[in-house]
Amino acid sequence: MPARHVLASLFAASALGASLFAHAENVTLLNVSYDPTRELYQQYNKAFSQWYQKESGDSVSIQQSNGGSGSQSRSVIEGAPADVVTLALAYDIDAIADRNAGVPKDWQKQLPDNSSPYTSTIVFLVRKGNPKGIHDWGDLTKQGVEVITPNPKTSGGARWNFLAAWSWALKQKLGDLGKLHDPRYAEEMKAATAYARDYVRDLFKNASVLDSGARGSTNTFVKNGQGDVLIAWESDALLASEKLDKGNYEIVVPSLSILTEPPVAKVEGNVKRKGEAAEKAADAYLKHLYSPEGQRIIADNYYRPRNTDGIPQQELRLFPKLELVNVDEVFGGWAKAQKTFFADGGVFDQLQQR
Amino acid sequence: MQRVGDSLPVKWTLIVLALVLTALVLVVPLIEIVRQALAGGVGELLDNLTNTYTLSAIWLTLLIAVITVPLNVLFGTVLAWLVTRFRFLGRRLLQTLIDIPFAVSPVIAGLVYLLLYGRNGWLGQWLAGYDIQLMFAWPGMVLVTLFVTSPFVARELIPLMQAQGRQEEEAAVSLGARGAQLFYRITLPNIRSGLIYGAILTNARAMGEFGAVSVVSGMINGVTISLPLQVEQLYQDYNTVGSFVSALLLAMLAVLTLVIKGLLEWLAERRQQRHSKVAEDV
Repeated sequence: MPARHVLASLFAASALGASLFAHAENVTLLNVSYDPTRELYQQYNKAFSQWYQKESGDSVSIQQSNGGSGSQSRSVIEGAPADVVTLALAYDIDAIADRNAGVPKDWQKQLPDNSSPYTSTIVFLVRKGNPKGIHDWGDLTKQGVEVITPNPKTSGGARWNFLAAWSWALKQKLGDLGKLHDPRYAEEMKAATAYARDYVRDLFKNASVLDSGARGSTNTFVKNGQGDVLIAWESDALLASEKLDKGNYEIVVPSLSILTEPPVAKVEGNVKRKGEAAEKAADAYLKHLYSPEGQRIIADNYYRPRNTDGIPQQELRLFPKLELVNVDEVFGGWAKAQKTFFADGGVFDQLQQR
Repeated sequence: MQRVGDSLPVKWTLIVLALVLTALVLVVPLIEIVRQALAGGVGELLDNLTNTYTLSAIWLTLLIAVITVPLNVLFGTVLAWLVTRFRFLGRRLLQTLIDIPFAVSPVIAGLVYLLLYGRNGWLGQWLAGYDIQLMFAWPGMVLVTLFVTSPFVARELIPLMQAQGRQEEEAAVSLGARGAQLFYRITLPNIRSGLIYGAILTNARAMGEFGAVSVVSGMINGVTISLPLQVEQLYQDYNTVGSFVSALLLAMLAVLTLVIKGLLEWLAERRQQRHSKVAEDV
């Protein structure tokens, strides 16, 4: 690719020239992200570039890529030149680290809050007036209810949906999730697991469309008018009900859901090759997500901020308090959950064989 | 005596059926594209058209076509020539191999290229040693498009050249024509129509290809998103108007290609008429 080399060296030369005069550099970073963060990072990328230019003098332009979390992780493993990854769940970054594709093994300890600058949860989006009377997970398996959820094989959101449904079913049977890891309740636990299996199988029997990403599902539900209930990221559900088509949808908050922690990480292996300025910028890019400005943009885009200082009440009111379980407590972490439920031949595959 | 086409009811039933089907399958969707693209008014259409991401998608799509079409015209012509003018071991096998890109799904094509030329593929690792990245960049998108569109020209030319046989070329050679002369004065005029049609098909597919390029693109906004990918991207961004503006652009590129094809055919016909007139005068 000689043309590319020429271009690259021209670019390097101009960057060198610029640095001789102003000590400022031009840096381009690529953020490979999951599906529903499009609006969030569009806004954040702009804000960050401005802030960073003022802060360091370097000008950073951020390229953005969005897609199903699992497929995005796979792309990075196959060599997509991501400088930072901002994915739907920890396992998808673990997968990059495990294959030595540029992320260190201890990536989740590099930033506060498990490297997740924002959280979200899983809720239901139903049509105006809630014609099918959906109030909790139990209503989703009723006959004649058409459920829309993405495919857990490719979508991170769908895997959260699955685990949230499973947790609800366990709680339903056990009454108290504290019994989960208590050997005295082993028998009860077995029955609860069987119940959860049946429940989730029935749930997916009612699922008419399995899109590959969360965005595809929201489009199926909102734009194409298919289905009675969408199991969605709270952020996507709020975007649809508050902005896209205000008044035509209602959010139903179930009795129990899961705390989703979409994590972020620097892809050292890729960004290192771009030089020190790029590496600094990538670090700042992720750190700035935790700053008041970053948290404000996060709340603006319907993700739950870690730090609510200075965020207007009317935005915080959109995030109702509900019982949230944690993937570590119920499932023993993402690595285990992935292996049990979503790997080839795992529970999801078994349930699909009808 | 009764002839085929005499029965009026049959004739009109068929005409109406053809018109209704054409309207439903072709015209209505095209009108819908225009209607959706104009749903927000001309201003919004222009905004979406001049958006940096859309402009970059247009450039990328044209770049892919500009590289793919000439290369595959050359490749297809050489291949068709080889298969129809020479006898050699494996000729039939080669003819079957040409069809592989037709037979496999484009997604699989994309995936195979990704696994070969990606970071973990052996070719990709070798290229990475020279700091060359093909996948998740435009060269990879060109590469898979080359693969997907490679049979079109050859498939058009092979039956044509087989039907024409080689008498004319042999006559030219016996009259002392050299290789280049033979090609430009005998072979090329004979296969011109097939060549044009093959190039048109190649071009249409190169601009419209979705499956294979989506696998190797990495979907980087403003960098590796061609027009068909942009249609999906904007649809997922909840920008329906923008999505249909991109779709409209693609449809217009297709129409433009067809117009160019018609123009070329018309020119060729006129030249032919002039030639035969000259021949008559002589």
